[in-house]
Parts: sequence; C-alpha cells; structure tokens
Amino acid sequence: MKIGVVTFPGTLDDIDAARAVRIGGNEAVSLWHGDHDLKGVDAVILPGGFSYGDYLRCGAISRFSPVMTEVIEAAGKGLPVLGICNGFQVLCESHLLPGALIRNDHRKFICRDQRLRIENAATAWTSAFAQGQEIVVPLKNGEGQFVADAETLDRLEGEGRIVARYVDVNPNGSLRDIAGVTNEAGNVVGLMPHPEHAVEELTGSGTDGLGFFTSLVEKVFA
Amino acid sequence: MRTRGAGPPRIRAMPRVVVDVMPKPEILDPQGKAVLGALPRLGFTGVTDVRQGKRFELEVHEVNDDVLAEISTMAETFLANTVIENFTVRVEDK
Repeated sequence: MKIGVVTFPGTLDDIDAARAVRIGGNEAVSLWHGDHDLKGVDAVILPGGFSYGDYLRCGAISRFSPVMTEVIEAAGKGLPVLGICNGFQVLCESHLLPGALIRNDHRKFICRDQRLRIENAATAWTSAFAQGQEIVVPLKNGEGQFVADAETLDRLEGEGRIVARYVDVNPNGSLRDIAGVTNEAGNVVGLMPHPEHAVEELTGSGTDGLGFFTSLVEKVFA
Repeated sequence: MRTRGAGPPRIRAMPRVVVDVMPKPEILDPQGKAVLGALPRLGFTGVTDVRQGKRFELEVHEVNDDVLAEISTMAETFLANTVIENFTVRVEDK
C-alpha cells in the first residue's frame, strides 16, 4: 500500500514516519503541505513536530493548508489517516477528531518511554494489536494534555473510540488517561505518543510501535 | 536630519476591532497557573487566580455589520478553538 507522509514547515518526524512505513511493509510517499492532491495514496500519516511553529495554537494553521483540505475530504470518504503528536493536534483542529490538546498540566516538556494499553484494536491503524495489549513507545510533548467536555468523554468511552490509554503514569494530565482516539468510522486515529520511534531494535524502546504501520496491510489481506 | 517627534502626529485612519480569546473556565490554564505561582515569589500578594488569554487587534477599512460578522466567523473558525476557548469581538473606542 502507498502511505502518504505529510511534511509541513516545522514538521520533525516525517523521515522517521516514512521509515516506519517502509519497515511495516508499505511504500512511503512524501506529501507537501502545499500539495493540492494526495498522489493516489491509500492512507495518510500526519507526523509529529511543530508545524507552522505552533503559532496561534498547535495545528491551527496547518489545518488550513492545501493538503489538509484534501485530507479532510478524503478522510470523510473513509481514507485511513493517522495523526501522531502534532498530527493529532492537527486532526483535532480540523474537527476530524473530538477534543483538543493543551499544555501539559505540569507545564514541562516530557520525554519518556511510555506504557500504553490498546483499548480499540479494530481501527484501521490498530488491528495488528490484541485488544488490551500493552505496549511501550516513546512519548515527547509539551502540549499533550487531551481535554474534552464530560459528555464527549462519555460518548468516546461508550462508543469504544478511545484507542489507547496511558498505563502506570499519566504523563501530561490527559483526561481519563487518554493517549489516542478515533472517529466514528474508525479510519481516523490520533495518538500523542510516537510509535514511529519504536520500530527497530537498534534504537528506541523496542519494536512495539510497529503494529501501527502493519495494521493496514493486515486489514487488507484479512 | 530628521528629528524624532518632528512633523505632524501620525494619524490612525483605520478603525480597529479587538478579538479577545480566553480559555474556557472549566479548562485548566497551565500558563495562568505558572503566572499565579510566580506572583508571591516576586512579592505580589492578593491575587487569587490568573487566567491567560490572547488579544488580536484587527485593523479594517471600515466597521459595519458585514465586517463584524466576518470577524466573528474568523474568530469562531480560526482565532479561537471553541472546544477550549471563548471569544469576544468589540470595536475599539478611539
């Protein structure tokens, strides 16, 4: 499958994300924020970083870039989209996902190997995992605190739309320990931690993140 | 050589519309908390809470209902994230 990886001005993790895509057995296609088409890709990843310098709010300006107009339209038709860290912020600002991500409650940037529990293994991006499986991947954010009103949180829990939760430590004050959520259809997933940094034994915390990059293939051949 | 302050006073012909954006009361405001925490260390007492927001000053050619409606749309969709923030739009008095 061809998976597009978007680069905005200020994106950091596009190279790692593209590498993770290839290690996961897919072809990585570079997409630029100014692109007006998605080059025929089967899925899109919005990687981490500080797009547009995080000006205004994280993801607020990226959301209006030409490529996001295409991503938002295609996501509405079922295109799998994964937003990691800053990509998650872009998806929330785009209203493809509910809630918002604000500054960590303890006000410090955090970088640690983080344990997560996969709470929904039925999305386009998590089908390689077992329901309830615990994984460890790097987490690095300054504005990773997931917030939404109580009604929205109840709905997300009721509909099984919490994709991953923090285990052992809540690193940023996210409500109900939420590390990732999905949309109603399950094709759009936002995740604050970084699975793309955990796909090779040589570096990172292990290879627990690989499932996010092999799930699409498994779903297609399932 | 031009002297500072010489010449006619600068005329601001453009009216100004101000959009204030504040975190919603129920949303934690870590920046406001940081400011609040610093105040007693600096010897300022008597402040019981601080909320930090943003102020946008928009210069426009003229102020009318259409312009204000457009700025409200702008604030709603772009300047503020209404999931976590409230905003107000007002014309600045001269």
